[in-house]
Amino acid sequence: MIWEIELVVLLIVLICGIGAIMVKDLLGAAILFGAYSFMMCLLWAIMGAVDVAFTEASVGAGISTVLFVAAVFRTSRRTKD
Amino acid sequence: MFGGLLIYFTQDFPSWGDPQAPASMHVSPRYIEKTMEETSVPNIVTAVLADYRGYDTMFETIVIFTAGIASILLLRVLKRTKSERQMYRHVPTGLTLRIEKGFGPPPDSKDFERIDLMWVPYDLIVKTGSRLIVPFSQLFALYVIAHGHHSPGGGFQGGVILGASIILFAISNNLRSSFTLISEKLAVLLCGLGVILYAGTGALCMFFGSNFLDYGALSQILGVDLVTARSHGILMVEIGVGICVMAVMVLLYYNLASAGRHDEGL
Repeated sequence: MIWEIELVVLLIVLICGIGAIMVKDLLGAAILFGAYSFMMCLLWAIMGAVDVAFTEASVGAGISTVLFVAAVFRTSRRTKD
Repeated sequence: MFGGLLIYFTQDFPSWGDPQAPASMHVSPRYIEKTMEETSVPNIVTAVLADYRGYDTMFETIVIFTAGIASILLLRVLKRTKSERQMYRHVPTGLTLRIEKGFGPPPDSKDFERIDLMWVPYDLIVKTGSRLIVPFSQLFALYVIAHGHHSPGGGFQGGVILGASIILFAISNNLRSSFTLISEKLAVLLCGLGVILYAGTGALCMFFGSNFLDYGALSQILGVDLVTARSHGILMVEIGVGICVMAVMVLLYYNLASAGRHDEGL
């Protein structure tokens, strides 16, 4: 695989991971988790594990983001710390 | 500092994809060579997951089932009193009423419909879009479950996509209209049915004298040879996993989006 693309994907994973913790808006954090999950799916597809990438795409970018948004809807939208 | 120590110790591992590592000298070649002739399933990942390591997948399914039951036990509120603030909409004129403290319109009148506290007017794009997407995504999910032998996929992924299609329907239309389709009782029953399918296939193999989850024993009731019986055993097990996962996704969304009360939602 072209190593520049891998480097960019890894960098986005790092940025999404740190950003999801630092952001004050919980809905934004949920979306950042979704983006993180999508980049992990790409990483696993680069490494050749297609089944794992499929599972990560369906669970992380589909179900997990929806469940996070439903939880944020029921509690507050701004983080308490 | 602990992370630094861990990173230092990972230098000792064999490098990724090394053909001399023990994992690729003993474990992988046996599976890669023997899968096609023992189970006739081209997808090695599905064969390892559901046949060679089927015991672990059964416990994984039970863990998912436990997560669904835990969400019910933690979040579900069973009180029969109505919430204090309900909103009703008078359909012929379009008026919205906010009713406090338990009074309400007569329950059988067709002019009043109950709406959520955060109600938006009828949105054509969202409803039509989800109406188009939901049947096709369900069809795709069934394809993923059934085609897990030859393509990436299998029971777990197909079950998640099936659950996601029902959640899409619940988001675009009312949550209450989704309750008429998949009620809570049906979802819990499906949950248990998935686990029973999986464990039942294993127990069925034990009735014919083999070990637990040894699908070769199924060749006596299915009437095919040993290799195809294993392939069919994998299919039955994947269907069980898919059903359980779909029911758990739906249950998790119901309990989270309505905070356990199951009357309003996203």
